[in-house]
Amino acid sequence: MTNEHLIRDLVKKHGRSRVALLPILQGVVDANNFISDSDMVEIAKELDLSAAQVFGTATFYSFLSTEPLGKYVIRVCKTITCDMHGKKQIVQTIEEMLKVKVGETTPNKKFSLLETNCLGWCHEGPAMLINEKPFTGLTPERVHDIISEYISKS
Amino acid sequence: MSKKINLTIDGINVSVDPGTTILDAARKLNIHIPTLCYHEDLCVAGNCRVCVVEQENSRTLPASCATPAAEGMVIHTNSGKVRVARKHIVELLLSEHNADCTKCYKNGNCELQSLASQMLTGDHMFLDLVPDKHYTIDMFNSAIVKDDSRCIRCQRCVRTCEELQSVSALSVAYRGNNMKISTFFEHPLFEVVCTNCGQCVNRCPTGALIERNYVDQVWDAIYDPAKHVVVQTAPAVRIALGEALGMPPGMIVTGKMVTSLKRLGFDAVLDTDFTADLTIIEEGYELVERLKRALVDKDPEVALPMATSCSPAWIKFLEHTYPDLLPNLSTCKSPQQMFGALVKTYYAQKKKLDPKNLVSVSIMPCTAKKFEADRPEMRSSGYKDVDYVLTTRELAIMITQAGMEFDKLPESHFDNIMGMSTGAAVIFGTTGGVMEAAIRTVYEVVTGREVPFESLNITPVRGTEGEVREASLLITGTKPEFKFLEGVELKCVVANGLAYAKKVMQNVKDGNANYHFIEIMACPGGCLGGGGQPIPTNKEIRAKRTQAIYEEDLGMPLRKSHDNPEVQELYRDFLIKPLGHKSHELLHTHYTPRKRY
Amino acid sequence: MSESKLKRVDLIFGEYSNTKYKVLADTLKRRNEDILEDLMESGLKGRGGAGFPTAMKWKLAADAPSDTKYVICNADEGEPGTFKDREILSRVPRKVFSGMAICGKVIGAQKGYIYLRSEYKFLLPELTRELEMFHEHIGKMGFDFPIEIKLGSGAYICGEESALFESMEGFRGEPRNKPPYPTTHGFMGKPTVINNVETFVNVVMIMRLGPVQFKLLGTTDSRGSKVFSVSGDTPIPGIYELELGMPLDRFVEEFGDGDTKAVQVGGASGFCVPRKKFKDTIIGFEGVPTGGSMMLFNSSRSMYNVLHNYLDFFEEESCGQCTPCRVGCQQLRKGIVAVKKGDKKAGYLDQLLKLSESMKITAKCGLGQSVANSFSSIVNNFKEEMIY
Ligand SMILES: Cc1cc2nc3c(=O)[nH]c(=O)nc-3n(C[C@H](O)[C@H](O)[C@H](O)COP(=O)(O)O)c2cc1C
Ligand code: SF4
Ligand code: SF4
Ligand code: SF4
Ligand code: SF4
Ligand code: FES
Repeated sequence: MTNEHLIRDLVKKHGRSRVALLPILQGVVDANNFISDSDMVEIAKELDLSAAQVFGTATFYSFLSTEPLGKYVIRVCKTITCDMHGKKQIVQTIEEMLKVKVGETTPNKKFSLLETNCLGWCHEGPAMLINEKPFTGLTPERVHDIISEYISKS
Repeated sequence: MSKKINLTIDGINVSVDPGTTILDAARKLNIHIPTLCYHEDLCVAGNCRVCVVEQENSRTLPASCATPAAEGMVIHTNSGKVRVARKHIVELLLSEHNADCTKCYKNGNCELQSLASQMLTGDHMFLDLVPDKHYTIDMFNSAIVKDDSRCIRCQRCVRTCEELQSVSALSVAYRGNNMKISTFFEHPLFEVVCTNCGQCVNRCPTGALIERNYVDQVWDAIYDPAKHVVVQTAPAVRIALGEALGMPPGMIVTGKMVTSLKRLGFDAVLDTDFTADLTIIEEGYELVERLKRALVDKDPEVALPMATSCSPAWIKFLEHTYPDLLPNLSTCKSPQQMFGALVKTYYAQKKKLDPKNLVSVSIMPCTAKKFEADRPEMRSSGYKDVDYVLTTRELAIMITQAGMEFDKLPESHFDNIMGMSTGAAVIFGTTGGVMEAAIRTVYEVVTGREVPFESLNITPVRGTEGEVREASLLITGTKPEFKFLEGVELKCVVANGLAYAKKVMQNVKDGNANYHFIEIMACPGGCLGGGGQPIPTNKEIRAKRTQAIYEEDLGMPLRKSHDNPEVQELYRDFLIKPLGHKSHELLHTHYTPRKRY
Repeated sequence: MSESKLKRVDLIFGEYSNTKYKVLADTLKRRNEDILEDLMESGLKGRGGAGFPTAMKWKLAADAPSDTKYVICNADEGEPGTFKDREILSRVPRKVFSGMAICGKVIGAQKGYIYLRSEYKFLLPELTRELEMFHEHIGKMGFDFPIEIKLGSGAYICGEESALFESMEGFRGEPRNKPPYPTTHGFMGKPTVINNVETFVNVVMIMRLGPVQFKLLGTTDSRGSKVFSVSGDTPIPGIYELELGMPLDRFVEEFGDGDTKAVQVGGASGFCVPRKKFKDTIIGFEGVPTGGSMMLFNSSRSMYNVLHNYLDFFEEESCGQCTPCRVGCQQLRKGIVAVKKGDKKAGYLDQLLKLSESMKITAKCGLGQSVANSFSSIVNNFKEEMIY
């Protein structure tokens, strides 16, 4: 599936020069949580780049996934202070709730569980992002409530 | 002229122009700082860091390839600090590297290996990281093998493919410890826009990008008593082969090359130059034919400008990038493929051989020719027209294997038939050469007179790399049957390197160019800078090869393709006439559009 | 904390001015030379970590001949343990915009960009609203200075200025060779001033208070105050604005949990100071510099784990282009694991220390160059923990 319309709109908004590449890739991720190979081809065509150049650029950035991700991408901070303050239990809680391991997506494509580097909430760790929304001061109980709420979201 | 910059390197004072790097300044003093990612043909990357030097009063060791000399700098290229750091860097590279040299094609001709041996890295200091890496080898392509386990991530290939070829089939992908050189989505090379030009192979310092070699298959054919093995050699091989066998660049070694091939055991040593001459006749008539259709018949369908089709990497580039301009390609096959088609038909007939016992081998300056020979279009003799394509480098390997002291070999002549050629064919090996050869013939066919240039040297189409050359030639005094060309100013353009080809074709596509004839060679400098030529390569070496080619041309008794008596004989006995029925069957083809992505 | 021995400062988050954008309006009326002179006088050094004198940076860009110039605010804040730029952007964005506009006036730039890390994308709606207001105000002052926000996409290295330009230009965030420097060849190859979020705020406060009052804070080498991000084993983690030039023992007294065994100053790329050195360590450019990150560790923590975590971080966040950093980080991490497991003798740590030293002097950018900071300070000070 290609997002031809989406990409065309993004190109209209950001232009066809190389500086437009990142905003366009970000736009696709905003819509789909990942950039498919056919999307990359489409973007390459629009920007007169080679597909390899688009691929090379996208794979540089942790937030520009080229593999399918779920609707909600959970990124738990694994850097030192969050780690010290119980990241492991947070990850474990989520793993048990969603029945996935870190790096995996639930079969219903709703959640992906990832780890990430410092989110900038070290004073309130452990912290995580769900898509772009930060959650801090996590405890297994709190994270249980948060995830439950997302599960019940349609 | 701006002021010179004065600095001290290893205690010696030196003055250089502003902008000169420390590396170049040191070279001026004959101090050789080791490099890996640096390549004269490419922009500076500064990523391998083996060229670091010590700069007094600097906290860090600057990379000499990427740091401009500054007034008053005091540089040490071989201090204790530098030596330790450099050794660390090479050892780090080796720790990521599958350094199994005896199983590597580049063994003995590898920049990493020679650095390692220079630095006595015997006592591997660091942990071996290779077992944890999931390196892959892409060997699904007819021309090029990409082995990530030998890659040092210097990005020379990426820069080559982008800067020189504007193809960008390769890119740097991922980040940090996972960073690697990759095609789109890590697809095998044959599935992507790679043209097989091999320019990356020419510049890869290690065994990570190499040609797929067919040396053993060719030996097997030679040893097989039932087979008659015919070899053809491309024009650019004879002016470069010496480099791979210990001779300086720019030597013409045609006679020694022929001797070596005979001694290797080929049954007939023939010349691609013969079909280069033939190409000129066919292509020249095709051009005149297209001009006639345009000027006399006012046929709106006729595709002009017409572009040369001798360079298979160029053809694949066009198939991917400008599929709508494919009709503009001359339908002529490349000289290699014309040769292959004729060997298994005309030659077989003349020599009374069964084509099924014929093995046709070609020696090419080119990796893309391997791919070309494997194309399904290239079987018009009823067999695979060219069975094996070897690069200049592979031939050098065979010569070395056979224990020949190449520079001491006597000279000998090509066999016949299909061994005779003219100077016009020799210059096929350089940019502008096909154009020049074609004009020498077309002008004379059309007017009955020789081209009006001193010694037939059509200098306006000659030139070097890094430019698009335009030239025009007024045609007057035409013979009656070519009256429609009277007063026509033939507009020509020549480009080498796909980045420049792209510029020309974009102009054509946008309708900003009114050329009649386009010559494109995919490689810098033309075939003499081809992806199968001896390594190293740089502008200076290529300039010497160019010079050798023009020398060889000047020294030939015949300089115009249509004067080649064997070609005349071929038309008389077999083809009947240019663009005739047989020609179309054997010597012409059509190409198919490919995906841009 | 009434008995605090550390001087709390209220500059960065303090009042901007009594009327909206007044400092900006006043400053825009001043001559560029005067603004630069005040900055020079203030002794302000960049707050992004490297501590380059701000006035000098601006002057170089002002003198660079070009019709097109840029001002960029570095809000990529990716250093582990740093979170003050987020706070500044959410609490006093107007000061940041004003600082950028003042810079634009001084160097002759037409446009400003904020490079915001994607982890802070949630700030975008509010910042966009604030920017609209800013554009309205500055328009009325007769100075056209549009500021645009560019988002990162998850790459620590994009905080390095030249990698940041590459990223903004649509490429992989691989640092460039230097020289040339941003002040002559920055974003799109044009003269560019890039400063940290906090640096721009400091500029505004210097404009408001004058250099003399600013200089009352801090020490000769480290003028002014600094926003610290305090985390780790502390009862009071958070954001604190403190005077520069304080001794570390005073800091630990105030923020420690009574059992502090080490403080990591300046994040993963900074230095680890063990207890016995607290007394002799000054926080500031004359001592241990920091972009604001202060992570405290008490005696329950394994410094091996801490180092391992940092090395993991560098291994992933290195752009991967240069050998010393790409391979060096892998070797350091695997090396300490091998020593810990007994696969390598303890003496191998010395080899690794030498390697980190080579990385420090040969890596292409600050990331690879600073891995040795935490590596050598942790390995040297906590060798037993590395081995047993
Ligand atoms: C790996 C690396 C990451 C960096 N990250 C940041 C950052 O997140 N924010 C920042 O302001 N400076 C960062 N810097 C420093 C910048 O390169 C640059 O020096 C700084 O933005 C200049 O601003 P200043 O002079 O105001 O400090 C980083 C440097 C390196 C080497
Ligand atoms: S690439 Fe070079 S160093 Fe590596 S195995 Fe081959 S010859 Fe040896
Ligand atoms: S062979 Fe040519 S086109 Fe293919 S990757 Fe190498 S340089 Fe690029
Ligand atoms: S494939 Fe060769 S040229 Fe390309 S990065 Fe690897 S070692 Fe360098
Ligand atoms: S030091 Fe690291 S981050 Fe910097 S250029 Fe080298 S590999 Fe990239
Ligand atoms: S040759 Fe200079 S960094 Fe590679």
